[in-house]
Amino acid sequence: MLFYIVRRLLQAIPVLFGISIIVFLTISLIPGDPATAILGAYATPENVAELNRDLGLNHSLPIQYTTWLSGVLQGDFGRSFALNRPVAAEIGDRLGPTAVLAGTALVLCAIFGLIAGTAAAVNQYGWTDRILSVVVLIGISTPSFWLGLMAISLFAVWLDLFPTGDMYSLFGGGGLADLLWHLALPATTLAVVATGVVARLTRATVLEVLRQDFVRTARAKGVPESRVIRNHAFRAALPALIPIVGIQAGFVIGGAVYIEEVFQWPGMGRMLVGAIGSRDILLVQGGVLVLASAFVLINLATDVIQSALDPRVRHR
Amino acid sequence: MSTAIQRGLTVSALALMSFSATALAQTPPDVLAVGQVAEPQSLDPHAVTATNDFRITVNLYDGLVRFASGSLEVEPALAESWEVSEDGTVYTFNLREGITFHDGTAFNAEAVKFNFDRMLNEDHPYHDTGPFPLSFFFSAVQEVEVVDASTVRFHLDEPYAPLLSNLAYPTGLLVSPAAVEEYGEDYGRNPVGTGPYQFTTWEANRQVALEKNEDYWDGEPGLEGVVFRPITDGNARVNEMLSGGIDLMVEVPPDLVSTFDEDPTFVVHEQAGPHVWFLILNMREEPFDDVRVRQAVNYAIDKETMVNDVLQGTATVADSVVPPAFAWAYNDQLEGYPHDPDRARELLEEAGYGDGVDVTFLVTQGGSGMLDPVAMGTAIQADLAEVGINAEIESYEWNTYLGIVNPGLEGEGHMAQMSWMTNDPDTLPFLTLRTEAMPDNGGFNSGYYSNPEVDDLLEQARRSTDQDDRAALYREVQEIVNEDAPLAIIANWQQNAVTTTAVENFALEPSFLLDLHEVSKP
Repeated sequence: MLFYIVRRLLQAIPVLFGISIIVFLTISLIPGDPATAILGAYATPENVAELNRDLGLNHSLPIQYTTWLSGVLQGDFGRSFALNRPVAAEIGDRLGPTAVLAGTALVLCAIFGLIAGTAAAVNQYGWTDRILSVVVLIGISTPSFWLGLMAISLFAVWLDLFPTGDMYSLFGGGGLADLLWHLALPATTLAVVATGVVARLTRATVLEVLRQDFVRTARAKGVPESRVIRNHAFRAALPALIPIVGIQAGFVIGGAVYIEEVFQWPGMGRMLVGAIGSRDILLVQGGVLVLASAFVLINLATDVIQSALDPRVRHR
Repeated sequence: MSTAIQRGLTVSALALMSFSATALAQTPPDVLAVGQVAEPQSLDPHAVTATNDFRITVNLYDGLVRFASGSLEVEPALAESWEVSEDGTVYTFNLREGITFHDGTAFNAEAVKFNFDRMLNEDHPYHDTGPFPLSFFFSAVQEVEVVDASTVRFHLDEPYAPLLSNLAYPTGLLVSPAAVEEYGEDYGRNPVGTGPYQFTTWEANRQVALEKNEDYWDGEPGLEGVVFRPITDGNARVNEMLSGGIDLMVEVPPDLVSTFDEDPTFVVHEQAGPHVWFLILNMREEPFDDVRVRQAVNYAIDKETMVNDVLQGTATVADSVVPPAFAWAYNDQLEGYPHDPDRARELLEEAGYGDGVDVTFLVTQGGSGMLDPVAMGTAIQADLAEVGINAEIESYEWNTYLGIVNPGLEGEGHMAQMSWMTNDPDTLPFLTLRTEAMPDNGGFNSGYYSNPEVDDLLEQARRSTDQDDRAALYREVQEIVNEDAPLAIIANWQQNAVTTTAVENFALEPSFLLDLHEVSKP
């Protein structure tokens, strides 16, 4: 098991390396330069050139990249141009909120997706299955930013049940209840699409298991249906369901970028949107690298859990 | 209905009720929550250029002078009084005594010198704490001399009449030298001034919080604290306002002003300011090297429709390079260009473009002070098409756009959108219309206008220390520029803000700054 984990960790290194190169090149291809963004409308070409020199942007791309990478390897992500603050500090402030939002959405999508998918599979072609299919289809096809805006209009502005945004109340809040209250709309919105996908794939996986011989045997032996589903079918399907949920982690992290913007959630997504707007190269690079690493680590964790549940995976 | 479902519904209803009770709790009294358009870049007044950041810094700091409430006239602030030498090159300021910065550092002539040296001298030990993009406001200052603890003297290399208004602008706000020494590069996140409010916290993308400075020299502030929240999206700001999460929002999207106008729990505030939205016409290339074509563009554009329909009354029609907010220098005799497509067609015919002409029109997708540039660009395109000028729009994101337009339009396009917000009537013409201000010389004359008469008048206006003289000179400049039409001047922005009725003594300032000293919210 340990060997498997180490092997997977080593495999992640070239992936992260590749990501860092792609991110670096993509950012440098975006037109517009950081100096103009920092200096604003009153920047003369001279000021721009001078600031680019100060920022070290007059060096060639390979030199910029190696300077950046050697810093990153030592834990130094550089200094954000636009915010004039260490990138690591800025990311440190944002990582928690994003983890809370994406984590909650992931838990929601796992719980509801697995339950809905299993229920649909068990009642294949029944009413539950049909209704769930329609709901899932709607869920998958609705853009989450639109859903977010609708949720704000309805639940925050019109019914005044939830706040329109932010992570804690500005005044007097800050506890767990306050956090959950603020989390309700964005986390649900973020979870909708992922829940739909998980439900769909769960339905297919469970259906496949239900058709297998050991299920038929269990039923033939007279095991009550609820136990067949719970103890035989679902348990056998679980190793295949773990990676389905794991992959959703990536979508949830990606979706958080929109959702954070809609709900003014103070996380990595909002930070990245702002950083891209202000051509804050180091902040974008650092932020994307951290998110990509999180994604890689979550995938790794899913694989490890899956291999613990189903040892055959380890030897693939 | 089964009991289980009933119980479930009761529980959720109770839960919802307890939630909504929290939701209805508004912001506490005496603390003002302000919905801002973006996260500030920095709270170092010397390093920032955006109105968004100014709205915070003016409440944290004071300058030597400030704009008097409701006007753009300069009045004493940290300087009690000042004298200007006969030749206009020496300004002596007598400083208010007994004032300290929020960190306890004494405010005195040394502190003033430290501030300007930091901005202007590249070899000052704290010059590299940030780029100071607007330090050119003070580039005429040769030396700041400490006469005694409460007297400071600015020596200029030549007379420079806009100095006082520039000192009143947020770039002239004074920071605590001890704090700059302590925080260095991180000063922008740990600001210390002498203002009515002092800095408490800055949570990334959540809020910047200030609290009352009890010992403020100009009287105790009206609020216990102020919280500035960055809410980038205009609709989100409106939602937050409607649900009671903020007490004051700035820059209401034009489409939504009426939402608040009709609701008696809100007050809509409007104020014209020193803003001009215009088109730069490239005079180095055909067809705009011909004055008749430039005038035709001016006649062709329907500015009334622009401000009333496209901008829904959030701007007024502009006709001069000096906005009416500078009442003393604005030429109200100026006729401007009315919407007259027939006259435009005649002029084009005369200039030999009777069969129509193709031009490239650079449009930005957003940007500070640019109002609604894409919609405005499209409206202009339609107006021009009607008289035979076929404008092909090329649109760019703001930073990219500045990178194309600021270095000059030659080879890039025939016309481009731009807007300026200024603190003195001198700024816009001096930086964008002088021969010396061509982009190769580091200026913003991206359309290459050159008229020796205008150059001369602007130089004279800078040297004159008499406001009436200056006014006469600027009026003449406006007339010539109107006739030469190097720009198509379209609109002056009416800034707006909404407050709840609980907010008292709030008014928008013509300077576009957000002065919260007197505001209260009992």
